[in-house]
Amino acid sequence: MNASSIDRITSDAGEVDAVTLKITERTKKIATDGTPVDELVVNVGPSHPSTHGVCRVITHVDGEIVTKAEPVIGYLHRGVEKIAENRTYLQVVPLTDRLDYVGSMYTNWAYSRSVERLAGIRVPERAEYLRVITCEMQRMASHMMSLGSTSGDSGATTAFIYSFDIRERVIEFFEDLCGSRLTYNYVRPGGVSMEVPDGWFDDILAWLPIARQSLSELDRLFFGNHIARGRLKGIGVLSAEDAVSWGASGPVARGSGVNWDLRKHDTYSVYPRFDFDVPIGSNGDAYDRARCRLFEVYESMRIIEQAIEQIEPGPIKADGIPRLIAPRPGDAYDHIESARGSLGVYLVSDGSPRPYRMKVRSPAFCNLALLPMLAEGHTLSDLVIVLGSLDPVFGEVDR
Amino acid sequence: MALVDKLGAALDSSGGGIILTTVDSLADWARGKSLWSMPMGTACCAMELIAGSFSKFDFDRHGTFPRPDPRHVDVMIVAGTITRKMAPAVKRIYEQMAEPKWVIAMGNCAVSGGIFYYDSYSVIRGVDEILPVDVYIAGCPPRPESMQDAVFQLREKIATESIAPGKKREVEFSLPMPGAGVRGGDAE
Amino acid sequence: MKINELREHLCAQYPDLCPLFSIEFGDGVLLVECGQLLGAASDLRDLGFDRLGMVTAVDRGETFEMVYRLTSRSMSAGIFLKCEVPRDNPVIQSLTSLWPAANWHEREVYDMFGIEFEGHPDMRRILLPPEWEGYPLRKDYEDERIIHRPDYI
Repeated sequence: MNASSIDRITSDAGEVDAVTLKITERTKKIATDGTPVDELVVNVGPSHPSTHGVCRVITHVDGEIVTKAEPVIGYLHRGVEKIAENRTYLQVVPLTDRLDYVGSMYTNWAYSRSVERLAGIRVPERAEYLRVITCEMQRMASHMMSLGSTSGDSGATTAFIYSFDIRERVIEFFEDLCGSRLTYNYVRPGGVSMEVPDGWFDDILAWLPIARQSLSELDRLFFGNHIARGRLKGIGVLSAEDAVSWGASGPVARGSGVNWDLRKHDTYSVYPRFDFDVPIGSNGDAYDRARCRLFEVYESMRIIEQAIEQIEPGPIKADGIPRLIAPRPGDAYDHIESARGSLGVYLVSDGSPRPYRMKVRSPAFCNLALLPMLAEGHTLSDLVIVLGSLDPVFGEVDR
Repeated sequence: MALVDKLGAALDSSGGGIILTTVDSLADWARGKSLWSMPMGTACCAMELIAGSFSKFDFDRHGTFPRPDPRHVDVMIVAGTITRKMAPAVKRIYEQMAEPKWVIAMGNCAVSGGIFYYDSYSVIRGVDEILPVDVYIAGCPPRPESMQDAVFQLREKIATESIAPGKKREVEFSLPMPGAGVRGGDAE
Repeated sequence: MKINELREHLCAQYPDLCPLFSIEFGDGVLLVECGQLLGAASDLRDLGFDRLGMVTAVDRGETFEMVYRLTSRSMSAGIFLKCEVPRDNPVIQSLTSLWPAANWHEREVYDMFGIEFEGHPDMRRILLPPEWEGYPLRKDYEDERIIHRPDYI
């Protein structure tokens, strides 16, 4: 890229401004019956007030109705997969933290599972229980962020601030556990890195009833309001066949009625020992997806209670793992159910202590490919709602 | 004496409620206590920026309120990794801000490239390659309290500037200042 | 479904795919030639693999190894579909006609490796800026802006 290209943002739709809604191109299109149709190209730029991150959507609008929406991604492409080729297996764990930064715990877990599959490491049971507890708490925090930003996008800023009540408490628990508020580096190949502090489990069990109350208050505040229903119902309808053939997973697919949750149907770790339900939607619109996320938070609380009851003392790291893990040459793929869908990591090893190739199968990337199909025919203000209901995190989309 | 104390004294006294101060201190007080911010949040630090604006840490009590429009703001908080594809957008938005404007670089990625400094082909190593930065906050991600401290440091820096062109007041900073945009530069 | 049952199921339905199927470290792998890719993928879709998980490539020196991960909801199983593409002519058939999910995945592989997909509706870069030169995930990618980490292990 030379110096002149640093000044302009070019796109296939023509020269467009970064932030302002400036009319740059008016194309005179002719409809099939001969009447002229005015079409505007509006750039919803990489920096916009919706909090989901850096995504640029080049929108063709006819009046207020979106005729074509094309997302342009890559504004956060940091080359993590290339960087990982020059790090040891343990040094890659902090990099995976920064991929899905709203859910660092389960991204670490997906990567660790892949390394364990490749190297044949068996994780002790207490570590598996700790992984489940922290991952379910992380799922709660991630869904609160998603519900909050959905309500913030529809205008209910108060509900956004209320949703952070649960999220901040979860982050405080994680800070007591491993010292960091956002990027934890906690789940590592072979187990987890630190033992829980004294009284941590009791504090969580004491907090869970308060969290349920807070969540039902948020439910009444936002979803009980008919404006929220009016803004979310019927927006971004996705059919079940499309969800499967486009590779959607997580609440996006479950909101359309696809009954597929890796914790139940391709189960891993100690999940078979817990009794929980998987919320399934029926209409496939933004309302169903948001409700799926809300009910998943309740189910996560159930899992946490059962896990804390069942956990036994024991080692938290597998024995005899060297600091430089050098697995056998070959490849391995393993996946978990993250808050966004099925998150998988594919690792190729050539016998050296560094991965030969690391590929992250990110659910947010696959779900975001649905945006052009879902946003067509809706208004420009609903475009933001559709983007929010797909719940993208751009660290994961762009890697 | 700080302007706020003078105001208190003026209201108490029976001398008629008159304050004598300089235009500079009035301007610095007004500018420093209401720094509206443009949250240029790209990555993980944006989550801490949002958490800093909400109830638990409450940025708003310091006068810093996030506004999404560059024309309304005084300070741009660059939070997160800036890549080569994003750099023209950040520069464009900075140019659209009205004078006087300041930049806070939040988080290791905006300060120096952070964890992506080595081996990345698309990351800009520090936002001071494209913008003049006033305050650097280290951390990955920094705590919201660090961000509030950055606002206080920025107020001190604003206090060194004068509305009379060309006049600058010397102020002692507790930490050595890095040269903006200069790799390995010493404090001059 | 266990991996051996999957092998029997596959061999019963599609006997000519049977010799190409192997089990490596607990995962089923179907290794096909470039020209047979679309046929084998279509057969697997009829077998019950209704979901395309990921499409990626690995730079193996003289060839690129294309790796596809397919999942089946009804059988609760996953399988790798692999084929080798020569480095001097990296062209392969696109799977967008079978699974629309392949659209963005194949654009990303083109962006990172330079492998072109025949029949893809929209073959252009997705993650890097459109005027970028070179394909970063190839092992011989040179860029003077990269600062290399010193090797000290």
